[in-house]
Amino acid sequence: MVLTSDPKVAREATGLVVPGVGAFAACMDGLRNVGAPEIIAARYADERPTLGICIGMQILFFDSDENGLHQGVGIWKSSVRKLEAPILPHMGWNSVEPASGSTLFHGVEDESFYFVHSYAARDVASGLGTYATHGQRFLAAVEDGSLSATQFHPEKSGRAGLALIKNWSKSL
Amino acid sequence: MSLATRIIACLDVDNGRVVKGVNFTDLVDAGDPVEMATLYGSEGIDELTFLDISASATNRETTYEVVARTAEQVFIPLTVGGGVRTVEDVDRLLRAGADKVSVNTAAIARPDLISEISDRFGNQVLVLSVDARRARTPSGFEVTTHGGRTSTGLDALSWIEDATQRGIGEVLLNSMDADGTRAGYDIGMISRIREISSLPLIASGGAGSLEDFAAAIEAGADALLAASVFHFGIHRITDVKKYLSEHGYPVRMSSSV
Repeated sequence: MVLTSDPKVAREATGLVVPGVGAFAACMDGLRNVGAPEIIAARYADERPTLGICIGMQILFFDSDENGLHQGVGIWKSSVRKLEAPILPHMGWNSVEPASGSTLFHGVEDESFYFVHSYAARDVASGLGTYATHGQRFLAAVEDGSLSATQFHPEKSGRAGLALIKNWSKSL
Repeated sequence: MSLATRIIACLDVDNGRVVKGVNFTDLVDAGDPVEMATLYGSEGIDELTFLDISASATNRETTYEVVARTAEQVFIPLTVGGGVRTVEDVDRLLRAGADKVSVNTAAIARPDLISEISDRFGNQVLVLSVDARRARTPSGFEVTTHGGRTSTGLDALSWIEDATQRGIGEVLLNSMDADGTRAGYDIGMISRIREISSLPLIASGGAGSLEDFAAAIEAGADALLAASVFHFGIHRITDVKKYLSEHGYPVRMSSSV
């Protein structure tokens, strides 16, 4: 496993994880500086596995309205919008409704995962959508061929999260 | 299902050792924060908070190591507070493996610190820790420092509203009146803050009986922090969760994987 900003390494890795904490626009700026949107799109086209986490999931969508409207990588054509919920951020452990046939949630269908976010996508046209609810129903994860993403943090979701990461790495 | 009420254990750490009331018989080294964090993690704690009470710079270095060692072993959210004065302090703690940092005294002294941190790392990393007690301020609750010994004259409600505007992601509300009493959380204070804040609210100070935890949820807390009742083994984390679950409150039960 390597931490890289080298486009060639990221482009050709067996599996690529796009993690992230921070604001949508800042994250997109950082990714553009290293040509990451093209790398993610090329890997998707060649069916090379990529996993986006939290903001790393959101940037795969068309746009987000976090602090103004900002364009994302746009692999998925729907939008990321602020959640309508009485308490924000959505912070803590929540259960999910795993998509049937999900690889990521195999064996952890009934577990809870750790979320920290105020924005989310509501739907995705391609692939399998897993949902969660906080104020309203939103996309907790997407599995679209080689491209997977989770709105929650599997790396902070205890044993259930580690099992999910193992499910992803076994699929590489 | 909905979002579970979080149960948070707080460890006071000085020079790499847990201090203040630890009385475990099933730990080899009851003063090792990493071992305690691992134990609580295995018992199903939802989140951990380290409060760094180190006075010297050398001791602070030890804290970074403790945070790093914990983050390598316990894969749940970790908040670190105590002595956070600059954006650089936050950067170092996040790099060491903390997920959130809490600010208290330094933000009172210089409120711009809040926006400096949230502009760089986002609101979600920043917890405003408020040590409040009942006093003759407009809301009836005053912000204190130094464990309740020093008055700031600042009204707790106004301070939370001000900090929210500046950019925080969560409020940790410590009752200085209830702290250490095990007589229950300050329910009146929790409900008063809940009325004015739509941020996640952590209740702290006074946890004693299992009913106390339920009462704080009823008052509007999203998360319940406790220290001595866990450290002294008065309640196991599983007991708190079982009690809350049986009384209809959503909690995360121990993972079956």
